[in-house]
Amino acid sequence: MKELLNEKLTKQFPEIHFEVIEQFDELTFKFDKSAVVPVCKYLKETDGLKFNLCEDVTAVDWATRKNRFTVVYHLFSMENKFRLCLKVDVDESECSVESVSSVWRAANWPEREAYDMYGITFLKHPDLRRMYMPEEFEYYPLRKEYPLMGIPGAVPLPKK
Amino acid sequence: MQKLTKDDVHPKIVQALLGADIHLTIDDALENEMILNMGPQHPATHGVLRMLLRLDGETVVACVPELGYLHRGYEKMAENMSYLEFMPHTDRLDYISPPANNVAYALAVEKLAGITAPPRAQYIRMLLAELARMCSHLVAIGALAMDVGALTVFLWGLREREKILDFFDVICGARFTTSYARIGGVASDVTSDTLKNITAFIDQFEEKFDEMERLLNGNRIFIERLEGVGVIEKDDAVDLGFTGPNLRASGVEFDLRRATPYLFYNEMDFNIPVYTEGDCLARYFVRADELRESAKIVRQVIDKIPNGEVMLNSPKKVLPRKTEIYTKMEELIHDFMIVNFGINPPVGEVYHAVENSKGELGFYIVSKGEGQPWRMKIRSPSFANLQAIPHLVKGQMISDVVAIVGSIDPIMGEADK
Amino acid sequence: MGLESKLTNDGFFTTTVDALAAWARENSVWPMPMGISCCAIEMMASGDPKYDISRFGSEVMRFTPRQCDLMIVAGTVTYKMAHVVKKIYDQMPEPKWVIAMGACTSTGGMYRSYNVVQGIDQFLPVDVYAAGCPPRPENLLNALMQIQDKIGKTRVKDFPDVPQAGFESKQNELFLSKN
Repeated sequence: MKELLNEKLTKQFPEIHFEVIEQFDELTFKFDKSAVVPVCKYLKETDGLKFNLCEDVTAVDWATRKNRFTVVYHLFSMENKFRLCLKVDVDESECSVESVSSVWRAANWPEREAYDMYGITFLKHPDLRRMYMPEEFEYYPLRKEYPLMGIPGAVPLPKK
Repeated sequence: MQKLTKDDVHPKIVQALLGADIHLTIDDALENEMILNMGPQHPATHGVLRMLLRLDGETVVACVPELGYLHRGYEKMAENMSYLEFMPHTDRLDYISPPANNVAYALAVEKLAGITAPPRAQYIRMLLAELARMCSHLVAIGALAMDVGALTVFLWGLREREKILDFFDVICGARFTTSYARIGGVASDVTSDTLKNITAFIDQFEEKFDEMERLLNGNRIFIERLEGVGVIEKDDAVDLGFTGPNLRASGVEFDLRRATPYLFYNEMDFNIPVYTEGDCLARYFVRADELRESAKIVRQVIDKIPNGEVMLNSPKKVLPRKTEIYTKMEELIHDFMIVNFGINPPVGEVYHAVENSKGELGFYIVSKGEGQPWRMKIRSPSFANLQAIPHLVKGQMISDVVAIVGSIDPIMGEADK
Repeated sequence: MGLESKLTNDGFFTTTVDALAAWARENSVWPMPMGISCCAIEMMASGDPKYDISRFGSEVMRFTPRQCDLMIVAGTVTYKMAHVVKKIYDQMPEPKWVIAMGACTSTGGMYRSYNVVQGIDQFLPVDVYAAGCPPRPENLLNALMQIQDKIGKTRVKDFPDVPQAGFESKQNELFLSKN
């Protein structure tokens, strides 16, 4: 399966460099964020690949200066019973990536959650609002600089 | 439920409700229609789920669910505690079937650390996961029946569930939030007396469940309230991220116990119930059939369980036995290091998913070689299942919304994390 | 209860009415189950045939605050949910009591994080704290019995419905502040 994927992807997208990581029996492809939607569309629709279930879209904060965030996509192909992981690096200065909710509608809410927790904007998302925190909340909780106990007064409490 | 004016609802939510009709201003959009708030505190929403419905008379035109009323910050907390300390938190995710979550988390961390639990521990984990699935489906069927008016089924389901909780009490030490699985095995052994009692329970369970089904399957009110309500097609279901019994009720035969087998499920003989109608009644039937299949699996597990130990003997990654800690030096040092600094898995990341009673529960753990994870993401089935509510509820009436939410069976503890 | 407000001295008649009213109140406590998370499941379990809560008079678990006098807050209260809990508490008519069920409502429990209120007594007056995570149904029934003891000691002059001089009930405060 790994060779099939590698071959098909490099043939279809010759200008993109795919970095292949294989660890703990899992396959990960890492590439540039500008090609996210075409690659995902190709993975969903091609025969032999058919990654039709988008399990999760999430982000990781590495707390480095360059390429601070990584957006991670977990895909599953029900026909081939194969799980694939895609990774895309996002820099803090240009904190946005294009949304894949046009490819899988299941990516809608996980992307909103990533926006809520990390502040990564998803372009062309149909409804980008905060997921868990109230709308007036000004911070992004899962970033590494946000303290665990929160900032007192960030969300008001009712009076006794 | 109260009628809201445009000042009460946040403008972004109003915009999401109005959807494609953005050329209408707020003032005239609400001339004939109404925004109704099925608030976080409501007898029919399973937990704290807030739904804003845009109604045209009694028919729902659009719906926007709002989560976050139970967001406890699990992922942030996980970055600050060791892998072993996080085990009680996994109980409270899908809080109707806690042992299943413990097993899922233990499997994910073991995959990362590169160890495998001994066979007896894996069989015990399977036993608990299936008993937990039975607990969860009993409550789900009971709550669905209660929402549409059949109160007796709920109490009978809880009565059977109490018997299962007694077994959890004896095996795990706690009846509800068990925290039983450990990294490298399970916390303590199961005696043969307990296994005999579980077999006796399963023997009488089949007829008790038949009684419960007899109340519902021929009941005209139950069938008419659920048949044809909230229909979702096969392709829509997969596209919207459904997994678990909801997906199998739409005609897709997909079960992670068969697709990516874990524990010893490939040696067990069980069927996967699949129905094609995709409505609330099909989802109920899938859960009822899964209860019987789980009972079958429990019987097979008890027959096949091997003898052996229940914790792996790998001192660097697994807590050593208490008798050895008090007598040997090496084990004492390892215990100290593991409890204070955590097991140190190799650098890398892993995503492991199991088939929980609601769907696919997955843990994505990123490790930088320290005792605490760098990032832990919990892929919860209820979060993904709730995404489909706006699609399912369009064109139905308010009382159907209640039935639909009941048949999807969300648990807000895992949807909100 | 117009009769009660007229009887303010501690004569024989008053103490009998006191005892009767307190007995009636304590044996028909109707709980308002503010079931938020895992403790709600144990609250449901305390209503099932094994740990029957209806033998204490509390079978009627109405989900509407207007008909209840005891609020059992069961589950973790987050900052977003706190406003909802307070709103529902304000909608309950006097006299009312609160059980904080579980560790999360008493002190924030095992969740020391940015979104969990570390104890609901920061915004609600709590009468009984039930410890446990979650408390066993027997523990919840024990808390209910303690509330019953507390109610049994009340006197009618604790709940005036006509505001006396210098005393303003909460309902009056809300009414006055709106206009």
